[in-house]
Amino acid sequence: MNEMTKITTTLKDWETDQEVRWCPGCGDYAILKAVQRTMPDLGADPSKTVFVSGIGCSSRFPYYMETYGFHTIHGRAPAVATGVKLANPELDVWIITGDGDALSIGGNHTMHLLRRNLDCQVMLFNNEIYGLTKGQYSPTSRQGTQSPSTPYGSVDRPASPCAFALGAGARFVARGIDIHKGLPDVLKAAHAHKGTSFIEIFQNCIVYNKDVFEEFAAKKTAADTQLHLMNGEPMLFGKGTKGITLNRKTLQLEVVDIVDGDWEAADVIVHDVTNRSVAHMLIEMQFGEFPMALGVLYDDPRPTFESAVVAQNEAAAAGKTPDLQALLSKGQTWTVAEGGPEL
Amino acid sequence: MATALKQEQPNSPNSDGAENVVVRFAGDSGDGMQLTGGQFTLSTALAGSDLATFPDFPAEIRAPQGTLFGVSAFQINFGSRAIETAGDQPDVLIAMNPAALKTNVDALRAGGLIIADAGEFGKRNLDKAKYENNPLEDGSLAKWQLLKLDISALTLEAVKPFGLGNKEALRCKNMWTLGLALWMFERDRQPIVDWLKGKFAKLPDVAEANIAALNAGHAYGETAELSGDGLGSGHLTSRTVGAAPSAPGKYRTVTGAEALSLGLVAGAQLAGLPMFFGGYPITPASAILHHLSRLKEFGVTTFQAEDEIAAIAAAIGASYAGKLGITSSSGPGIALKGEAMGLAIMTELPLVIVNSQRGGPSTGLPTKTEQSDLYQAVYGRNGDAPMPIIAARSPSDAFECAIEAVRIAVQYMTPVMLLTDGYIANAAEPWKIPDVSGLEPFPTTFLETMPEGGLKPYARDEKLARPWIKPGTPGLMHRIGGIEKGIDTGHIDYGAANHQKMTEIRRDKVLGVADSVPDQDVALGKAGGKLAVVGWGSTFGPIHQAVRRAVEAGKDVAHIHIRNIWPMPKNLGDLLKSYERVIVPEMNMGQLKTLLRDQYLVDAKPVNKVSGQPFTIAEIETAIEENLS
Repeated sequence: MNEMTKITTTLKDWETDQEVRWCPGCGDYAILKAVQRTMPDLGADPSKTVFVSGIGCSSRFPYYMETYGFHTIHGRAPAVATGVKLANPELDVWIITGDGDALSIGGNHTMHLLRRNLDCQVMLFNNEIYGLTKGQYSPTSRQGTQSPSTPYGSVDRPASPCAFALGAGARFVARGIDIHKGLPDVLKAAHAHKGTSFIEIFQNCIVYNKDVFEEFAAKKTAADTQLHLMNGEPMLFGKGTKGITLNRKTLQLEVVDIVDGDWEAADVIVHDVTNRSVAHMLIEMQFGEFPMALGVLYDDPRPTFESAVVAQNEAAAAGKTPDLQALLSKGQTWTVAEGGPEL
Repeated sequence: MATALKQEQPNSPNSDGAENVVVRFAGDSGDGMQLTGGQFTLSTALAGSDLATFPDFPAEIRAPQGTLFGVSAFQINFGSRAIETAGDQPDVLIAMNPAALKTNVDALRAGGLIIADAGEFGKRNLDKAKYENNPLEDGSLAKWQLLKLDISALTLEAVKPFGLGNKEALRCKNMWTLGLALWMFERDRQPIVDWLKGKFAKLPDVAEANIAALNAGHAYGETAELSGDGLGSGHLTSRTVGAAPSAPGKYRTVTGAEALSLGLVAGAQLAGLPMFFGGYPITPASAILHHLSRLKEFGVTTFQAEDEIAAIAAAIGASYAGKLGITSSSGPGIALKGEAMGLAIMTELPLVIVNSQRGGPSTGLPTKTEQSDLYQAVYGRNGDAPMPIIAARSPSDAFECAIEAVRIAVQYMTPVMLLTDGYIANAAEPWKIPDVSGLEPFPTTFLETMPEGGLKPYARDEKLARPWIKPGTPGLMHRIGGIEKGIDTGHIDYGAANHQKMTEIRRDKVLGVADSVPDQDVALGKAGGKLAVVGWGSTFGPIHQAVRRAVEAGKDVAHIHIRNIWPMPKNLGDLLKSYERVIVPEMNMGQLKTLLRDQYLVDAKPVNKVSGQPFTIAEIETAIEENLS
């Protein structure tokens, strides 16, 4: 996000007059509401906010936000957003994308957006399926996913969005769940981070991949299946009965039981959002053996792409006048006088 | 090619009386032939001669030494009269090795002069060039004059005092050769000396060695003249090629890529917009990215994207945010940008797309010229996706075309494609430096306040252009995208009648560009008659010269050169129908021909060449003869 003057708005100010056209019960509704609720808290200015999206169900998002919005083409939102931000670094740019949009057709652009560290928020709605094209398996679908294009089950291994992001050089990686009440806090942290903030949001496609995240998203069992990360806080779950520790021999994370709330005795790790190695391990934790790590996994800012471009442009232009006539006349010239060439 | 004078006086009296010379430098791709040619061009321009050049090099950066496919050549045609092409046949061929001789000698006119580096004609190099016998010795070059010099040995001798290694010393061969060429045509060495001092400022020994080689080559020429023809079967004399009559003013040499870049900068200034240029490296378009990346003080931001699609997508994003978005590529890259062009058409944002065409399809002939992307430009997108298209005819014309492309893009809120080609991009010609104060500004206006009756992002002005609204403008939030939009509102609208109407509006808007384009003129000859030779792009030079010769011989022929490929000038159909026959020489298999037939039902006949080389004047003359008989 940018240093900007805080504006007072309400949720209503962020809603458009357009009829929302997602399927009834779609997780996208919850995410839309979470964003619209968060914007006033950020003090954001609708006139300076741009939502850029690619193609897919999630990418209809900009039509429902009373901001500037650009619904582009499949996979290319990061590239369009890069042009927007370089053209006007004052704008607060949000990219809305999906698992197919960001990791399949647009994988290359996502990688380069992250490595360049353009200041923007990327919300990747991961539903592990192609919804808008009626249910084909996606690059994040688990092996064996049956779909119209994989009637016998998919055979290829899925991509991990957060591992991809971190591998590509992301300086902010977070995870959230569409209906989770913690989502606005994740959005706020992402907005506060200067640089590309990458947020994977588990989103329930109730038509083509219903409840695919239920095993860790279900509210009933959430205490045991979700690890909510807070910077400076111990990595506890199961209502404080379990924690995450590092086995110093294998250099692997492990789940440990906490006795009498004494997590220090159990050597539970205190979450440090700037620790890139631990972020890798948290992302790679296999669900089942471990809980699902949610919240801000990694947050360690570096200078942004657009600020470097602006600085270089300014330095290169410093002390030079943009004299077009002089530019055209550069190099070796000769003059032809009236009445013939002058040698 | 086209200097200002020639554009003003296309019917100026012929040229046959005045002298011109065509010289081709050919060597290994590591021999520095392009540099040699470039410096010879500079010294020739400084002497006031008109000129045109044709750099012809292999796709490999350093092909294996001495091979036939590794030959790099640079041809220059210069004279004391108007020069429109790089010349049909060289008068002088400088061959730095057997492969260069073999691949180039057949182009040399009978009686022309070969200067060969005999030191390179050993068995190994002869084998690589697939010569069984040494052509310098076996009499096979009898129809030409032959001057064999051991340039390698002469160079080594000249640079001896500087203590360079053998390999480094031999690298000065091209300067020795250039020195000889400068002497032959009485050109001044000083600009080259200055250039060498600048280029090797950090390596003074190398600079001095190169200067010594240059001087030695020059001195050799002087000595050779004095000693008559004791130098083998050929002999050397120096020739004076005077200055060409040109319009008064200040001149420089310019390549197409330079002129086009300068035109884009000028266009952005005339529009009052900062420029955003998104590019991805590709031959022969990269030079534009290189030029613009050094012009930050002109409000230019350049972005080397991760691929061709990102390059155009970022340019579209920048245009959306209120800068002038520009992208550039060659055929294969343009193909990748196709979907994004559709987005710019649908969202009605200004954008300039430059295509420096090369031989295709697929990777095709990366370093060779062709005009085969005309269908791609006019038709190459999904849906009914009309887009204005302009084609430059020469390096200096690229400057004006770039400005025109920017004007159309911002005034009509549309992407515009600007076609050039590998020949124009690389070729150099003298350029009368335009007076900036004479360029007419076309300032851009953004919508910045809420219009009466509310915001309609797709409301239209008299040109059918929609308003340009920058994100960041207070209160004018709206959404755009690639999905069909409702008339005026821009909201998603799949309605049948709406799509019909919006498609018609997009068509009419682009066709309306013809209202701001001058009527099609006749470049040479008169309207109506027996035969029109219709061309576009870089075929201007050979067509113009061929038609000029035919007209002077009393033949009823005219030259029509089309700059506005889409939409075409309004009078073009009637003009074409005023001739009995129409022929269309193109460096493709007949693409403009098809477009003319389609638009006007005229029986346009194709004249095609896709050899990677420009047309020669003689080839066009032959086509004229055939169609007049």
